[in-house]
Amino acid sequence: MPGFDFSNYNRNAALHAQGVPLPKATSTGTTIVGCIFDGGVVIAADTRATSGPIVADKNCEKLHYIAPRIWCAGAGTAADTEFTTAIISSNLELHALSTGRTPRVVTCMTMLKQHLFRYQGHIGAYLVVAGVDPTGVGLYTVHAHGSTDKLPYVTMGSGSLAAMSVFETQWKQGMTREEAVKLTSDAIQAGIFNDLGSGSNVDVCVITAEKAQLMRNYIKPNEREVKQRDYKFKRGTTAWLKEKVITREEISKYVTVHELSSEDDVVVVEKMDIDV
Amino acid sequence: MDSLLGSNPTLASNPAYSFSKAPYNSAADNKEHAFYPYTDNGGSTLGITGEDFCIIAGDTRSTSGYSINTRYSPKVFRIGGDDETGEGAHIILSVVGFAADGTALKERLNAIVKMYKYQHGKKISVKACAQRLATILYGKRFFPYYVTAILGGLDEDGKGALYSYDPVGSYEREQCRAAGAAASLIMPFLDNQVNYKNQYLPGTGEGHDLEPRQALPLPRHDVEQLVRDAFTSATERHIEVGDGLQMLVMTKNGIEELYHPLKRD
Repeated sequence: MPGFDFSNYNRNAALHAQGVPLPKATSTGTTIVGCIFDGGVVIAADTRATSGPIVADKNCEKLHYIAPRIWCAGAGTAADTEFTTAIISSNLELHALSTGRTPRVVTCMTMLKQHLFRYQGHIGAYLVVAGVDPTGVGLYTVHAHGSTDKLPYVTMGSGSLAAMSVFETQWKQGMTREEAVKLTSDAIQAGIFNDLGSGSNVDVCVITAEKAQLMRNYIKPNEREVKQRDYKFKRGTTAWLKEKVITREEISKYVTVHELSSEDDVVVVEKMDIDV
Repeated sequence: MDSLLGSNPTLASNPAYSFSKAPYNSAADNKEHAFYPYTDNGGSTLGITGEDFCIIAGDTRSTSGYSINTRYSPKVFRIGGDDETGEGAHIILSVVGFAADGTALKERLNAIVKMYKYQHGKKISVKACAQRLATILYGKRFFPYYVTAILGGLDEDGKGALYSYDPVGSYEREQCRAAGAAASLIMPFLDNQVNYKNQYLPGTGEGHDLEPRQALPLPRHDVEQLVRDAFTSATERHIEVGDGLQMLVMTKNGIEELYHPLKRD
């Protein structure tokens, strides 16, 4: 069966009626913006993910890849923006393959709104879709219920009012690439400093007919200062109940063991993915 | 089946629930309009005592929802000063929660401490002031001051004294206490770094025979460092904490005020 699994619906609805609270999803209580300029479009986002009043991720990515020259900024429920953009990206690639043409931004926007409208707002994805296709530059917003807008400059998320105040005072017709990048990053910074749901860094993506350029952490205005004290514990500070030594001979029955030379003091472990 | 489902009509056509109540659509219910006298203005406070001093600190951000009301609204006050600057005060008070109630409570306690001096010809002791604050809070048991208060000063022996409260006046003298939005983030850090909880002396035994590390009163410099690190860390992970850190340090020489900027995002 394709699609969502509703097998726990009745149980959870009954539990909720009994007063059991719903689980809290990570939301990107976000500032995202987009702005067109002569020859392309630029979108930008902050990098804070929250769960209630707690910062879940200080440097998450809210700019999602859809197609080589179509990118999407997402606000709302983190999982919904992630999966919605991923599934539309897949379907758009299949569509491009079967038509033999480069995908259009309107097509992407239409697929997104039809997907979201089908789920009547239960998929909490609020998106800014931007790109360049053979018909020209495209910039849209898509709301969780399926409504869309086509505008020269857009903002979304909890910081949308702070960001829009920057656009409404400084936007002008026919900007250059540099002017548009400055304007969008200023709009994001207005969100970062004036909206508690937004914070940390500015991510920017510039799309022209030639290429899309993602500038991850384009501005980092919130670096943490060095701590006053050192919190390293003396070896042996923690109590333990049992000690078990696993020898190299034992473990090599199950995994391959490589000896590291004394110069290899840095062991690169794959970074764990949290939330967004 | 009907007997099992009771009189709820939405259940008849739906699967049987193992609970007596079925989900209902709250949007269909009549809207109740009411007056909400309280708001939460966020922020956090923290107090730590040492041998001969007492520090109370708080961030200076005031919030409502996702908005910042102001980046500088102090939560820590001087009590029992000679004038409105607080000069000559011998007690410090921090209030976090609903800012309007915090201001009202601080004004009231300050007036009472002043009246005590006029009537008795001497300054109120921190111990007596602490008891009086509990009485004030309990006096509004059924329409509480929506604040978590921390009171500090020096006791009769010149030792650092700190009292922490709940909104209706339950109180206790403590070594350290965090209150407000980020209390749950800061308090475990204090347990570990001030009272050395979960820390053992290396090599003193095996398993539970290890000797716990004994807590000693910390010097002022160390406490100031811990307070600053507690607030920079809380600012990193709690959206309502930030902008500035205000610290009042009470010693036998009086009250010293310190301010450090915090991140503004």
